Amino acid sequence: MSLHGRDVISIRDLSREEIEELLASARKMIPYAEGSKVMHPLEDKIVAMAFFEPSTRTRLSFEAAVQRLGGSCVTIADAGASSMRKGESLYDTIRMLSGYGEAIVIRHPNEGAARLAARASDRPVINAGDGAGQHPTQTLLDLATMQESFDTLTGLKVVLLGDLKYGRTVHSLAHALAVFGSEIVLTSPASLGLPDEVIERLEHMGAKVSVEPDLHKAVRDSDVLYVTRIQKERFTDESDYRKVAGSYRIDADVLKDAKPRLIVMHPLPRAGEISPEVDNTPHAVYFRQAFLAVPVRMALLNAVLGPAKKGG
Amino acid sequence: MVRELKITPIKNGTVIDHIASGLALDVLRIINIQSLDKDSTVSVAIRVRSGKLGWKDIVKVENMELSPRKVNAIALITPQATISIIRDFKVQEKRSVDLPDRIIGVLKCPNPNCITNQPEPVESEFEVTERRPVVLTCSYCERRVESFLNHLA
Repeated sequence: MSLHGRDVISIRDLSREEIEELLASARKMIPYAEGSKVMHPLEDKIVAMAFFEPSTRTRLSFEAAVQRLGGSCVTIADAGASSMRKGESLYDTIRMLSGYGEAIVIRHPNEGAARLAARASDRPVINAGDGAGQHPTQTLLDLATMQESFDTLTGLKVVLLGDLKYGRTVHSLAHALAVFGSEIVLTSPASLGLPDEVIERLEHMGAKVSVEPDLHKAVRDSDVLYVTRIQKERFTDESDYRKVAGSYRIDADVLKDAKPRLIVMHPLPRAGEISPEVDNTPHAVYFRQAFLAVPVRMALLNAVLGPAKKGG
Repeated sequence: MVRELKITPIKNGTVIDHIASGLALDVLRIINIQSLDKDSTVSVAIRVRSGKLGWKDIVKVENMELSPRKVNAIALITPQATISIIRDFKVQEKRSVDLPDRIIGVLKCPNPNCITNQPEPVESEFEVTERRPVVLTCSYCERRVESFLNHLA
């Protein structure tokens, strides 16, 4: 099925084949994302960026992706300055925006907001993160990063580290890893573990899932260490937070027994989870991961908005 | 022996039978008896012997037919209930309460941060993702819901 004209709200909206196609297209987009080649499939197209909560990376990489494809953007970058402050519903704001551009990219603090936007809009809607809910393009760029390092997404051993309970990127990523048949190791403070229902769902999909609270052990024979931020506000006691945050800090000592090809990923921004000494090791791919956001989002925008494929 | 009726027959209205024992008051809450005509009699029988269930509750309401939305709400909390429409003392129609694939406007999403709990012109919507036992998934935020009594809209 073609992605042309479709909404992309959850990673579950994409089949394995569609994800593979997007990743292949993203690889081809890299020279265009770097600016060494030029393509303009979105010439004369406008993408409305509806960002109702602060975002640096996601918004800028989407805007860069649109512009690299020859399109242009209209942007709500601050909900406080928009008419929502005057009490306009999200539904009405999106109805209005769908008249201003060929597609809408939305980031919103409430779960389910992107699904609501998709119903309000007669143009395709791409979810750029709704509350603690879905963030499918983050998952796509995470997969692109792993694939670039290992040439495959099958049979990898991936440690998911940090806040696995509330972290919005982790649930979508775990789902995608299960789709591709990679092994998932969960390393988190007990109070921030992956919810049981999510583990059950992954196992139901045939994924091999294990829990390893000891970071050193988890890292030892893994291919990917995916680090997420542990948010201070999840703890009632600050000393508990410090203890937990300190025990999950990635530094040279944690990585000393790791495989030489282990990659360390992080959706950024980091808040002390990864020591700067890791930045210059061959393990660190998080800045490459941040760059790959552009070609991945270009691939998605081109699939949704670019010229329709014949027979697609 | 003189036959004694615990609940008198109704001329026109609805009988909700085979309600799981103890849930009649919750069914009344769904029906919202405040919204009925002032002269409509409502009869409730709690813990009645039943061949099928052992014990059951029954609710009879005069001059009222249930909306599909209320039938769905009843189906969620007591799926084995049956509904009979009575016209002129006769059963016109008797059916079990069937759960549709989507439940719209019946439950409030338990996720306080769900967009359906914000002032938006949108009704709650759940997909029936499992039927035995019933599990619903919010069509917006994907939250799973397994108990329903506390979340009736």
